[in-house]
Amino acid sequence: MAETKKQTRAEKKALKERMKHLRSGKLEKRYARTGFIFMIPWFIGAAVFLAYPLGSSFWYALNNIRITPLGRIFNFVGHGNFTQILIQDPDFMVYLVDYLTSTIISVPIIVVFALLIAMMLNMKIKGKGFFRLIFFLPVIIVSGPILGMLNSQGAGSVSAIDTAALSGAIGSVLPEIIAKPISDVFSNMITTLWYSGVQILIFLSGLQKIDKSMYEAAKIDGGSGWECFWKITLPNLRSMILLNTIYTVVFISNNSENPIIGLIKDSMFSGTKEKGYGYASAMAWLYSVVVLILVGLFALLLMTRKDQYEKQVKRAMKARKRETRNKKRIERRNRRNARRIEQQRAKGRITSHTTKRDDY
Amino acid sequence: MRERFTREKIHRFMFGSKDREGFLKQFVVYALLICIGFIYVYPILHMVSSSLMTLDDLLDSSIKWLPSSLNFSNYEQAAKSMDFWNALWQSIVIAGVPTICNLISCSVTGYALARYDFPGKKIVFGVIILSFVLPSQITMIPTYVLYSNLGILNTIWAFILPAMFAQGFKAPIFILIFWQFFRQIPKALIEASRIDGAGHFRSFFRIALPSAKPAFITVALFSFVWYWNESYLTELYVHGVYGQTEWTTLVVQLDNFAANFSSYQQTATAGATNLNESINMSGTLLSILPLLILYFVLQRHFVESIDRTGITGE
Repeated sequence: MAETKKQTRAEKKALKERMKHLRSGKLEKRYARTGFIFMIPWFIGAAVFLAYPLGSSFWYALNNIRITPLGRIFNFVGHGNFTQILIQDPDFMVYLVDYLTSTIISVPIIVVFALLIAMMLNMKIKGKGFFRLIFFLPVIIVSGPILGMLNSQGAGSVSAIDTAALSGAIGSVLPEIIAKPISDVFSNMITTLWYSGVQILIFLSGLQKIDKSMYEAAKIDGGSGWECFWKITLPNLRSMILLNTIYTVVFISNNSENPIIGLIKDSMFSGTKEKGYGYASAMAWLYSVVVLILVGLFALLLMTRKDQYEKQVKRAMKARKRETRNKKRIERRNRRNARRIEQQRAKGRITSHTTKRDDY
Repeated sequence: MRERFTREKIHRFMFGSKDREGFLKQFVVYALLICIGFIYVYPILHMVSSSLMTLDDLLDSSIKWLPSSLNFSNYEQAAKSMDFWNALWQSIVIAGVPTICNLISCSVTGYALARYDFPGKKIVFGVIILSFVLPSQITMIPTYVLYSNLGILNTIWAFILPAMFAQGFKAPIFILIFWQFFRQIPKALIEASRIDGAGHFRSFFRIALPSAKPAFITVALFSFVWYWNESYLTELYVHGVYGQTEWTTLVVQLDNFAANFSSYQQTATAGATNLNESINMSGTLLSILPLLILYFVLQRHFVESIDRTGITGE
């Protein structure tokens, strides 16, 4: 048994080796070439508008750039821009912390809210088209200046919800650092909710793809609606939740209402000696790294959560393996002991109580 | 006996049975939907109502929603100060032309990714997703320099050129939409066309493109709307930071509304009032009005778009 297994493994390895040396066929090659031809626009674009700016932006960030009538003068300063931003800039760190806290708070709110709306829209209700019309409205309206205008005119919050009392209540329970962003989110409730247009769309189409018969089967087995939600809906929407979370983070970070990107633009065109293109690039790099880390964190948080069923199966498999291993070990030991006893007995120096001693 | 029967009936009516939803649950769902729907529409209602108010109405605290008389002079002033017709035309051009370029380049890229295997495909996907997640600010400054070197800064080419090479605004999403859609087309269809003697390009144009109509509609709509609503990059690349060019869009005009209005006020001969909430709101409404009309006309496509393209497959 073990021998054949070893053999097949060796065979497989050899096959792999041979596959490596095998050249792909003519047709395959031609296909790959055509694929490349189709990709040419993207390759050019990625080189010119993505890779080149990315690289030179990093180079800019290490320099102090001054614009003179003769052209741009580069002055290498190393990490000078970064330290200046982190230590001296009065606004950047404040904005960054604000951005981080408000994003971490509002992303779950937006995603959960979008899920709720999507589930309600997915039910059997009258006037579905009308409600959809309303809830997708933000998709087309959400843009920086319009939101800014609405906020400045006080249309960003509902006066019917007494936000002052709410934020006061929050402030009395939680410390200032946590309470402020939360009450900020509440006082801009409408704008927060308005961010969830595309997310509702994505959730809705995900919900419609779930097989209806699963719910029926669960119902027959006596599952309540609550259980159905946790055991069927949510696991099926897992990838969509991840997608929506990432989309929301990206959307909030690129929204022109975000003060940080305004700050980057301001310092880009600032006439002062130490600011300018280099300083702004360094800021953009810092900001991008923070955004990437944030996206990565959210992704990690949501991706590691495995299926409950898979988890159980894995655990059971592991336990079984351990058991069989133990059993085999015990068997081996017993056999060894039995053999030794046999030998001893054959030599004729054994009594019933010396079976376990073998050091003489 | 009779009483118990009715009680059972009421219970069933309120909480529902196996095949019917209960009244209570339905009531809660409708109430929630209507409440949240109201919150969604509230800013727009607010906008409409306060844009119709006169100054007296605004100051009168007894008037909250309904203005005492319909007053369209706010719109007139806002439209004049925003240079509405010119800005509308330019918005359509600035949003429309890059959209067409986006359609062409992203569909080609999506097709290549869906249909062909070539070395380094995974890396390409990685780069696409990375470029979606990266904030555009990181490439903004060198791109700005690049455009000014190419001499296309403050012209519409600054939007068209990247869109032509599938690097336009939010292009990664569109590439993924096309990729997802072309994957769903049965491979046998393409192979059949190959057997009938069509080349790679012919089978792309004749078979793949016509069947990808829903993807095209979705991408066109979203690309148009997103270009329309983009103010930050439009101001930087096309409008010019100091407003040096002729190019402008409604959203950019709205962003600089106060400045525009004060300059209009100085040139206007008569009838210009001070900037107030009503005029602000009418300006805001004017800048989203074209999109609202587009939305109500094409709402079916918006609502069904993501279903049909199956963007959510990944």
